[in-house]
Amino acid sequence: MQAEAALSRAGLWFAVMLLAIVAYVSAADTGLAVHAAIVGLVALGLVLASAARFDPLSPARGFFRMPEGETRYDDDPIRWATLATLFWGLAGFLAGLFIAAQLAWPELNFEPWFNFGRVRPLHTSAVIFAFGGNALIGTSFYVVQRTCRTRLAFPALARFVFWGYQMFIVLAATGYLLGISQSKEYAEPQWYVDWWLTVVWVAYLAVYVGTILKRHEPHIYVANWFYLGFIVTVAMLHVVNNIDVPVSLTGSQAYPLFGGVQGALVQWWYGHNAVGFFLTAGFLAMMYYFVPKQAERPVYSYRLSIIHFWSLIFLYIWAGPHHLLYTALPDWAQTLGMVFSIMLWMPSWGGMINGLMTLNGAWDKVRTDPIIRMMVMALAFYGMSTFEGPMLSIKFFNSLSHYTDWTIGHVHSGALGWNGMITFACLYYLVPRLWKQQRMYSLRMINWHFWLATLGIVFYAASMWVAGITQGLMWREYGADGYLVNSFADTVAAIHPMYLMRAFGGLLYLAGFAVMLWNVAQTLAGKVRAEAPMTETPPDPALDRPIPATAVPAE
Amino acid sequence: MANKRVDQPTGTETVGHEWDGIEELDTPMPRWWLWTFYLTIAWALVYVVLYPAWPLIDQGTEGVLGWTSRGQLAKDMTLADQAKRSVGEAIAATDIEKLPGKPELMRQAIAGGRAAFRVHCSQCHGSGAAGSQTLGYPNLNDDDWLWGGDLTSIEYTIANGVRQPEGDDRRQGEMPPFEGVFDTAQLTALAEHVLSLSGKAKPNRVGAQIFADNCTSCHGSNGEGDRAQGAPRLNDAIWLYGGTREDIARQVLRPRVGRMPAWQDKLDPVTIKMLAAYVHSLGGGETAVARGADPAAKVDEQP
Repeated sequence: MQAEAALSRAGLWFAVMLLAIVAYVSAADTGLAVHAAIVGLVALGLVLASAARFDPLSPARGFFRMPEGETRYDDDPIRWATLATLFWGLAGFLAGLFIAAQLAWPELNFEPWFNFGRVRPLHTSAVIFAFGGNALIGTSFYVVQRTCRTRLAFPALARFVFWGYQMFIVLAATGYLLGISQSKEYAEPQWYVDWWLTVVWVAYLAVYVGTILKRHEPHIYVANWFYLGFIVTVAMLHVVNNIDVPVSLTGSQAYPLFGGVQGALVQWWYGHNAVGFFLTAGFLAMMYYFVPKQAERPVYSYRLSIIHFWSLIFLYIWAGPHHLLYTALPDWAQTLGMVFSIMLWMPSWGGMINGLMTLNGAWDKVRTDPIIRMMVMALAFYGMSTFEGPMLSIKFFNSLSHYTDWTIGHVHSGALGWNGMITFACLYYLVPRLWKQQRMYSLRMINWHFWLATLGIVFYAASMWVAGITQGLMWREYGADGYLVNSFADTVAAIHPMYLMRAFGGLLYLAGFAVMLWNVAQTLAGKVRAEAPMTETPPDPALDRPIPATAVPAE
Repeated sequence: MANKRVDQPTGTETVGHEWDGIEELDTPMPRWWLWTFYLTIAWALVYVVLYPAWPLIDQGTEGVLGWTSRGQLAKDMTLADQAKRSVGEAIAATDIEKLPGKPELMRQAIAGGRAAFRVHCSQCHGSGAAGSQTLGYPNLNDDDWLWGGDLTSIEYTIANGVRQPEGDDRRQGEMPPFEGVFDTAQLTALAEHVLSLSGKAKPNRVGAQIFADNCTSCHGSNGEGDRAQGAPRLNDAIWLYGGTREDIARQVLRPRVGRMPAWQDKLDPVTIKMLAAYVHSLGGGETAVARGADPAAKVDEQP
């Protein structure tokens, strides 16, 4: 590293820090001031780190270390993303358990920073964007290099993508607790955080497409179609849903361009496709690489993967209006949202079929390999949620389920069952490979994780289904005299036991994740647990013989 | 496609590509999957003809069935209204004090009142109508009434509210603050006397004298209260703002007074009548003994 280059880089960060100080001083509200302070501190850290780069012993140098050449895959950002996935997963699951407890015991609302209204977006963003997003960034960088047989394009940019994304997460999360929100579900961060994410995301696209373009394989593997669909569409969704006009450049508030029912439609076009392209397409991409690798089997059907990819991509984007059935949205738009959701059923299931049937010829591994077991359970929950989704988009069901906890149950059977389980399985596959270990510290702990998580989901989803249907039926219940039977508070009292069960389910899920953290920590420490193999069917010579002739057959 | 081979466990040919060890089989799409997909598309095509679906320049197509969500709402509401109409008309045509004479109608009025209470009243009075001493919302289950507990008085109170600035002067009475009037010993004696009215403390002469000088004009010489002014009865051990000595002393010095919206601005007369019937049915409802030309002034039955 040349001294001039280091100095100029330090100077660049110094300028960023100065800008942050200016923003801090002139901020119109506390939220922007705090965010400017965070940006300034990070910039200060980078000034020091840049200045310290002469020192070969500097602990920070690992963050800037570039890959050694084209002969090795560039796995540093993947290692960081793996750790970040685990860290943010813990934060997100803790926040989720906390708000579940708040709903059961309202006195846990600590005003103002830790009330339900602020912690809830913290939970959703932490699990979707921080936990899921880091899993997607990490696995996509891993998969695209392996399936293109080439090193990542633009290694510096890839590092920026990772660290820039963490910056986005920190700004978003602190913003929620400070009470800064643009009040759009799953798009709560304010305008300057949105702009920052846009920059990061464009860099992500550049790294990804750049790597595909320099591939040494003749064809692009199906997992990369899904990752690419995810990256491109999320960019479009994010930009369109966040077009707004800041009140002032020194304040955190902004007004959206779209208002009224148009705003609602844009928001749910975004919201639904965040589910479709972030949590479905992106995670299907993970499935398409890690399931065949772990099962050591060929993908079930190439033709199915083509047809279900294109039908999924085409149909998903239209289904958003089903979030606005029986609202001010014109009837024709509601109808289209509903019919596209119904048509989406089979394209969604195509991924499940291709994943499950890839195990043809290796089904015994469900018994012997806890990672395969997790993948199968993930695909089963994926299939269940993608059946439940189209069903709930039918007006008949939606009139009962909308605004109830059924929606929460639906989301979590997908999020905990599909996204969570497939992520855990992929991380269990990745960790030994990324840290050059023979295998995970303990396979039996993976099995424990599997069962704790599965039981947790059962408690969670079952209690929310019961709660949601109870709510829906109570809200609409008319007595023989023609009057509503229940007040809102009656329905809250009725579902309180379900809220306790839901929190218990969340606790089980978190407990399973804690087992995973321990397992990963031990693996990173280079330990291998001495334990009996997962299955043993030892031969028993005493039983391996015909029944003696003297025995009297049963009448 | 030179690398095609037959996969042994499944007997299916591969496509011939390979990425990082991953191959793909050339399995045809499952027929059931394909046909279900076609079926959902066919269903969608039929549905978008039957229901409003296609956006045109001014508005969307209306659909062969002519269904609209607003139309469905109107239909459902009409059905619900029709179910209630005959009852509603009958209640509207019946004076409230005649309702108990028609048990079937009274039962339906109470049912309707219960539903309306949960929507409009439970926020303050509680879903069981037990009120709140902490927050100062009256309990409607007991037989202590500030403004009268017969059907007509309750209806009048609901319709006109309590202590509304623009409201009727028959629901305006307000206790003056006595802060600075008494010294501590006098205040203690007064609170003691007030408690003695319901037998919760021993009578004392100082307190009785202060009570006679300051309180009897509204609360009556024996603490029997005055419903014309909304002055609570003090000799029944039922308390709106708490019954400890501290509570009573605080109420004397800095009286809290409750307010209630005038519901005739928001609810129709039949609903108000039903609400009155429901509140009356909760346990403390009284029978009007005398009814003059003025409905609110004379009907209160003093116990």
